[in-house]
Amino acid sequence: MDLFVAIFTGTIIAATPLVFAALGELVVEKSGVLNLGIEGMMLMGAAFAFGAVVAGYSMPLAIAAGALAGAVTSLLFGVLALTFLTNQYAAGLALAIFGSGVSAFLGRGFGSAPIEALHRIHMPLLSEIPLIGPMLLRFDPMVYLALLMLLLITWFLYRTKSGLILRTIGESPQTAHAIGYPVIKIRYMAVLFGGLMAGLAGAYLSVAYTPLWVENMTAGKGWIALALVVFATWRPLRVLLGAWLFGGMTILQLHGQALGLGVPSELLSALPYLATIIVLVIISQNRQMLALHFPASLAKPFRPAT
Amino acid sequence: MRFKIEQRPEPSSLMRVGAPVVATVLTLLFGSIFFAMLGHDPVATLHAFFIAPLNSLHGLSEWLLKASPLILIACGLAVGFRANVWNIGAEGQLIIGAVAASGVGLFWPNPESMLLLPLMFLAGMGAGMAWAAIPAFLRARMNTNEILVTLMLTYIATLFLSWLVHGPWRDPAGFNYPQTALLPVAAMLEPFDYSYRLNPSIFITMVAVVAMWLFTDRSFLGYKMSVSGAAPLAARYAGFRESAAVWIGLLAGGAAAGIAGMAEAAGPLGQLSPQISPGYGFAAIIVAFVGRLNAFGIVLGGLLMSLLFLGGEGVQMTLGLPSALTRIFQGVLLFFLLAADFFIFYRLRRVREKA
Repeated sequence: MDLFVAIFTGTIIAATPLVFAALGELVVEKSGVLNLGIEGMMLMGAAFAFGAVVAGYSMPLAIAAGALAGAVTSLLFGVLALTFLTNQYAAGLALAIFGSGVSAFLGRGFGSAPIEALHRIHMPLLSEIPLIGPMLLRFDPMVYLALLMLLLITWFLYRTKSGLILRTIGESPQTAHAIGYPVIKIRYMAVLFGGLMAGLAGAYLSVAYTPLWVENMTAGKGWIALALVVFATWRPLRVLLGAWLFGGMTILQLHGQALGLGVPSELLSALPYLATIIVLVIISQNRQMLALHFPASLAKPFRPAT
Repeated sequence: MRFKIEQRPEPSSLMRVGAPVVATVLTLLFGSIFFAMLGHDPVATLHAFFIAPLNSLHGLSEWLLKASPLILIACGLAVGFRANVWNIGAEGQLIIGAVAASGVGLFWPNPESMLLLPLMFLAGMGAGMAWAAIPAFLRARMNTNEILVTLMLTYIATLFLSWLVHGPWRDPAGFNYPQTALLPVAAMLEPFDYSYRLNPSIFITMVAVVAMWLFTDRSFLGYKMSVSGAAPLAARYAGFRESAAVWIGLLAGGAAAGIAGMAEAAGPLGQLSPQISPGYGFAAIIVAFVGRLNAFGIVLGGLLMSLLFLGGEGVQMTLGLPSALTRIFQGVLLFFLLAADFFIFYRLRRVREKA
């Protein structure tokens, strides 16, 4: 039973950075913009949050610094993709490389300074309830924040007028522009929000998940988050399911090593990447389902005709 | 006084050539400000970064040695990019190519055979193509996004290499380092001169550049590929299938990266280790863009990017600056290039405020 609880909670924790990053990208893509630079924004978030803790700032401030770093980094992509109308694939790749370089540069001073990880919540009485307590009520606050963001984003996209406008812009920016909505401005806001969420994802990795800084510590999680958006067919709740699936894969692989399955650790580590491919294949087979929720103007630059 | 963005009646051919130059100058400017902020003398640092590496024959040899795989891979990738086929996994294809080629070099029954190098070449190319065939098949037949698949395969290739050199292929006499035994002499691309590391792999790259130019600029198939990238509907109407572009684009990239991997293992490294590539596969993507997806542009782009690698190593040794600088410069160069490209199609025009 302890192992089951450990796998369950481990899964949810491992899924949390993916939930943040993929939800952020979901909003960006819903606005018709494809930002491939998540990996770079996450690394910036991870480096800044970790650096802030090392510098002695409080945990909430450090996490906010990580989120802000992600948002500021995303602005570079925004300027290229939205103002300069560049190829969004190329701009996103540039951001991924740039973020990896800058974070490694900034992080060289951190060494492997260990920090105290983000504390887990311990509620009197409630956290002691058998089974439910250890499984649901003892996470760190970021886990709950990720779930809250899921609810907020779902509500925003499908229950508010602003969300409707954002989705319209992702479908047909020309129409939205003709009705008088500021397409570029709203896309900028979506890109910034995506950067903020990727920054949170990175911060979670460096101050809660592993509490240390290693160069390129995201190890492809930013790219997996991109795959999750496709997996989720651009629907928020499915992002959560996908993230749990990949979180579970990561944790099973860790426990597989601990249990001494006799399989080389590198091959086990390859499982999440392999699973991503398999899942993508299965999802992309169903073209109708993809087309139904796919933002029709994704990755197409838009310039209002004047 | 304010500025207004205005579409040019026709794309500016001056800016098409000028954009990479502008981007390079802006990157240098960014570099000097950046170094000044770090408290280094910008002129001295830029000199150490961009000039000092080329001051000696040794430096020139290293420059071409590093430019060679970048140009080779970028040529392969650009074939796909022209058709909007996004192979982002050249790094993985390079690794698999290096693994296959080294495997042949290490385990071929006759280690003195003259056939060894040609076999390794074929193994590297074939393995790179096979690794790229996975995303090609998935995209052409299953509609699966090739960006994500090529990337995931890069992580898998990296882990596979790591497993090989930590496990079954580790050299027992290697002082516990994760690396294979050295390749036999017949499996090596011998340097032109033993004082330097430059070797005949540079000729492979030259052939690739010419082949790419012939394909993209002189062949009907290459023309159809470009059309399918620029106007997919028109290409389909003209009877050119998208899946053909996907296959050709990905296999070209995979072959080039696989050969580059073979040339690294059989050339400067002489064995397999986890550090088979300092990120050539990713940097080649930038080279392809900086080179305008054009064969000769790519040569210039590769030389520039190679200089960034060398300069990064140089300032790491002389000034103690981290090698991550290389990636920063790569990213910044691509940023500026993409921004400068804007002015091919648009121009700024001053408009006077109306009273």
